Amino acid sequence: MNGLFGTESWWVVIAKAVLIFLILVIYTLFNIWFERRVVAKMQHRIGPNVHGPFGLLQSLADGVKLALKEDIVPTAADKVVYVLAPILATIPAFMAWAVIPFGPEVRIPFTDTVTPLQLTDLPVGVLYILAVTSIGIYGIVLAGWSSGSTYALLGGMRSSAQMISYEVAMGLAFVSVFMYAGSMSTADIVAAQAEDMWFALPLLPSFVIYLIAMVGETNRAPFDLPEAEGELVGGFHTEYSSLKFALFFLAEYVNMVTVSALATTLFLGGWRAPWPISLWDGANSGYWPVLWFLGKTLIFIFVFVWLRGTLPRMRYDQFMKFGWKVLIPAALLWTMAVAVVRRIRLDGGMDQQTVLIVGGIAVTLLLVIAFIPERKQPADDEEPAETDAFAGGYPVPPMPGHQETRPDA
Amino acid sequence: MSLVWPLLLSCALFGIGLYGVLARRNAILMLIGVELMLNAVNLNLVAFDAWWGDALRSGQSLTLFMIAVAAAEIGLGLAIVLGLFRATGSADVDLAVVDTDEQADGAR
Amino acid sequence: MSMVELTFLMLSGVAVFSALLAVSTTQVVHAALWLVLTLGAIAGCYLLIGAEFIAWVQVLIYIGAVVVLLLFALMLTRAPTGPDSATTTSNRNVAAAVSVLVAGGLAAIMVSGFAGERLAPPRGGVGSAASIGDAIFGTWVLPFEILSLVLLAALVGAIVLTRRGPERDNGAPGDVPERAQH
Repeated sequence: MNGLFGTESWWVVIAKAVLIFLILVIYTLFNIWFERRVVAKMQHRIGPNVHGPFGLLQSLADGVKLALKEDIVPTAADKVVYVLAPILATIPAFMAWAVIPFGPEVRIPFTDTVTPLQLTDLPVGVLYILAVTSIGIYGIVLAGWSSGSTYALLGGMRSSAQMISYEVAMGLAFVSVFMYAGSMSTADIVAAQAEDMWFALPLLPSFVIYLIAMVGETNRAPFDLPEAEGELVGGFHTEYSSLKFALFFLAEYVNMVTVSALATTLFLGGWRAPWPISLWDGANSGYWPVLWFLGKTLIFIFVFVWLRGTLPRMRYDQFMKFGWKVLIPAALLWTMAVAVVRRIRLDGGMDQQTVLIVGGIAVTLLLVIAFIPERKQPADDEEPAETDAFAGGYPVPPMPGHQETRPDA
Repeated sequence: MSLVWPLLLSCALFGIGLYGVLARRNAILMLIGVELMLNAVNLNLVAFDAWWGDALRSGQSLTLFMIAVAAAEIGLGLAIVLGLFRATGSADVDLAVVDTDEQADGAR
Repeated sequence: MSMVELTFLMLSGVAVFSALLAVSTTQVVHAALWLVLTLGAIAGCYLLIGAEFIAWVQVLIYIGAVVVLLLFALMLTRAPTGPDSATTTSNRNVAAAVSVLVAGGLAAIMVSGFAGERLAPPRGGVGSAASIGDAIFGTWVLPFEILSLVLLAALVGAIVLTRRGPERDNGAPGDVPERAQH
């Protein structure tokens, strides 16, 4: 940990906090524009191109428009909680950025003060981010409940279940990073990757698990079930309008950037320059690292947009099954494997051949397991049950294994 | 800081939690009371750990164990509440007659 | 009275106030929200005592999982969550008397036993993840293993309790209360 944290003068801390806030808001406006342009490109459209150069001011115009709209509070709503919910969703999204490192120590222009480009550093920094982002769930659950609408309630419940489930996989993906870095502080993890290598390479499974979990955690396509338009109208924010809706929108995009920044910090070397640039001596000093950091984050944002432009939405049961039956067991197994390998290496290690043999056996076992056919459902030798498709007064599709009795009329 | 403040806070929280368990009808709200009591105990453990300051960190370790047990407890407790709700149609423990299936049917 | 002590007392006030509201409000969801505030204030108290790791675990597990689960259950049971949904029993006066007696008795014991004892200002590394990790995976590893068994048992128990029996019909998962009526 850097000795400067906790001893800086108050104006430096306030300046850094305000700067982080500004960067996040502007980055959000940029990301909304970026997403619309990229999705448009993927769909052979042009996208917003009227307001400002390349349509860059479009999101600003949209924001102003949203703020000027009528603010509706439904009669059935629980007023206090209804107002509290968007605030609860937004504040944790910003708070997580307190421990994200943007760069090394720099000298503030026009002064002699030297400060790290990070608001503060905690020994348990990543745990802090996990804890703070888990508070954001409240915003969504309470928005769903306080709206007094069934669509919103269902959306809020879906979202809470989804975020709790995928948070587990996310936390497990972090564990192997902690084991490699030997610390939970974000600055230390970046420093450890400078000595070793980017953790995305040796911990590739963790990285992949984290990438999937972060899409699930931010409610983005293909996991955007809480706001599945075809089923739930707008999900938890169905009843929200005007600035309160804008706050949810802001929270969603800031959360997207937060998980991307966390992925950059934990797996892609943080603010340190990527390989070809890192040959240049000045790459890791001064204000340049901010550029590398934002660039790496933008790659993840692009992945988010790419996924949205490519994949259809998953069904809810598939999604939960995937999270609990595939992602979490895989993360657990991989964490175990990393722990064992780390222990062996710390105890003196094995020779190359043993590692290869053990690895080969493991891969073969996995392949064999993958090819074992799934156990068939109990043989349905009995007559397929008949379902009257119109029994309830309205047509329903037959359940699997049931045969529809055709109305003779 | 005086050691008495955390201990007094923990006593107050324990009393409030006890009241919640005794006075509430809804099973989920009784669980809230239980959580308050558990937190009072946790606070005691952490305070005594900081006061005693032994190298084994026994108080804080025990607090972590208690947080884990509380998570297990809330999972089981909510499963029981859901079962109760299924059987009787309400989460009100005073109305619950769930000794046997026959009795439950008779009560309805 | 030091700054730390003053902050601690303020957080204690918040914790007690919101805890009182959590057990007395007539709205079930509001009760859960006041509980969140209590737990957050207690996490702040942990920070002031110097147990940094415990404080963030408290926020992560209690606020991030346990109370969300409570809210989830409140919505899942489809019990009324509107005003006057959280009533108390008629013996609340007895309950209040018992609680005051218990809290007062405990407080008397605490004050008589530990008055004048002082907490040392938090030293670096006392509540850190490293020292607690060393303690748990060294001295306390057996309780830790047993705890994992407890968690497994709770997991299995919760699944068994919420599973419906083999006689389940094709009804949609939502129509349980209606089913219980016939």
